[in-house]
Amino acid sequence: MNLIEHSRRMKQVEVLGINLLRLITLITAVPVIGIIIFILIRGLPAISWEFLSQMPRDGMRAGGIFPAIIGTVYLTLGTAIFSVPLGVAAGIYLAEYASDNTATRLIRIAIINLAGIPSVVYGLFGLGLFVLFLRLGTSILAASLTLSIMTLPVIISTTEEALRSVPNAFRVVSTSLGGTRWQTTWRITLPQAMPGVITGIILGLERAAGETAPILFTGAAFFLPRLPASPMDATMALPYHIFVISTSVPGMPLEIQYGTVLVLLVFVLGMNLLATLIRNRARARRQW
Amino acid sequence: MKAKQSALTEGIINSLIKLAGYSSIVFVLLILIFLAREGLPALNDVPLKDLFGSRWYPIEHYFGILPLISGSLLVTVGAILIAIPLGIGTAVFLSEFSPVWLRNLLKPIIEILAGLPSVVLGFLGIQIVAPFFRRFFDLPTGLTAFTGAVLLALISLPTIVSIAEDALNTVPPAYRQGALALGATNWQTAWGVTVPAARSGLLTALMLGIGRSIGETMAVMMVTGNAPVLPSGLNALFMPARTMTATIASEMGEVATGSPHYHVLFFIGIILFLISLVVNLTASSLTLRSRKRAERLLS
Repeated sequence: MNLIEHSRRMKQVEVLGINLLRLITLITAVPVIGIIIFILIRGLPAISWEFLSQMPRDGMRAGGIFPAIIGTVYLTLGTAIFSVPLGVAAGIYLAEYASDNTATRLIRIAIINLAGIPSVVYGLFGLGLFVLFLRLGTSILAASLTLSIMTLPVIISTTEEALRSVPNAFRVVSTSLGGTRWQTTWRITLPQAMPGVITGIILGLERAAGETAPILFTGAAFFLPRLPASPMDATMALPYHIFVISTSVPGMPLEIQYGTVLVLLVFVLGMNLLATLIRNRARARRQW
Repeated sequence: MKAKQSALTEGIINSLIKLAGYSSIVFVLLILIFLAREGLPALNDVPLKDLFGSRWYPIEHYFGILPLISGSLLVTVGAILIAIPLGIGTAVFLSEFSPVWLRNLLKPIIEILAGLPSVVLGFLGIQIVAPFFRRFFDLPTGLTAFTGAVLLALISLPTIVSIAEDALNTVPPAYRQGALALGATNWQTAWGVTVPAARSGLLTALMLGIGRSIGETMAVMMVTGNAPVLPSGLNALFMPARTMTATIASEMGEVATGSPHYHVLFFIGIILFLISLVVNLTASSLTLRSRKRAERLLS
């Protein structure tokens, strides 16, 4: 049989196949770029100082989106207050303290499950535990607590990973100089792992900032005439505001809709960019 | 004296860290308890036969969740059928054929997709995708299960691509070198050796993609048209549908606490929780098994 012809055929299949994969990759990547450029073009005309800094008017059909922006900031900070200490501590436990036994395996299974639970189920849980059982009402506090449990798995896993990537020699030296486990972690390992930990925190909070379903019944308000005065008040938030103005307000000017989407996108992608920058800078500087 | 005090502080800190470590288990249990507490009374309020009936019309006390389950399945299956070829194809291209500069450019782009809030994709679904499909397929409305499936495919793609690519990258180079040395082309090596060697990782990617799709709420709620009807045939894909997640999200705000409707919505939450439990446990056991297998083969 003609070996040369066979190998030529195989070569043709390969060229064809690779081109097909190129096309597929293009189909995957192009919408992302398209979406961002499209929202930039349609949203930019709406952006002005008034739009960012004023209250909505005329049933939200005019004026600004300030309460939604400040609400998302509050919720993100509120989420950070609970999820950062707890998540980082849990990551430290898994990386530096835990031995490989059944209990640790159970913890890992629990984290995997937390990461997979649908966001709307977190909303139900927050309603059941925080809003009703603990009587926090629909409030910034209840919504932040709900979001922080949803954010935990991301922060725990990235913290653990960052700590594990610190070479063991650091721990050995510290221990041999008489450092206890906590001293070693706090003074040596954690500072070395800090960029990775911070990257994980930002990525977790980014997700919390963009989520709608968990805050639907725990703290988000359709419209508020004033800014929230305490953590016990409900608040407007950018993601929920987008949902409201694109589905429930008839005659909503398109410009305001695209403008609001652009603001959320800048907020979320800005956090993403920050995380990437911190990671890359740390990688370039790292001496081990 | 000072040493004693610091030993005490250290003891406290260590127990706090341990407590934090175990908190994940506590939260999973709390979620289960509170879903059960509010959801299980549904079995008292509504006879089991009616609960799994085919009519969802809460105002007249029809709480049949079958249309919602099938709506979720329809949209998820559609999404996965779109996302498998795109996701696996992209992962194989990035890990086996792409030049390094292109991979370094494309990976962050796909990561950005993972970071886009689902409400943003839902908004674009309403503004762009739905009107396009309405005209393209000549339908009475563009808000259909198919539109939802397309958006869900986009949402689950980053998960599938990144996990599948990781799986392909962990295949030892020796496998590829062996195949190439025997005269296989790069193409034959990729599909005949590397992909089969990474199959459990690829399955994990698939499972987690399914998990993301079935749990996704906002985008689906905004574009599927919210009609709780039992799909009758293949053309159901081009009609409005309603998923479990969308039902909870759109109706929970209006029900009276403690009413049968309220309990049934929590009951749907229990079902979603159990689905995600099964999906994620399967996925993680798959990864574990493949890791053990690789260790055995290479030892």
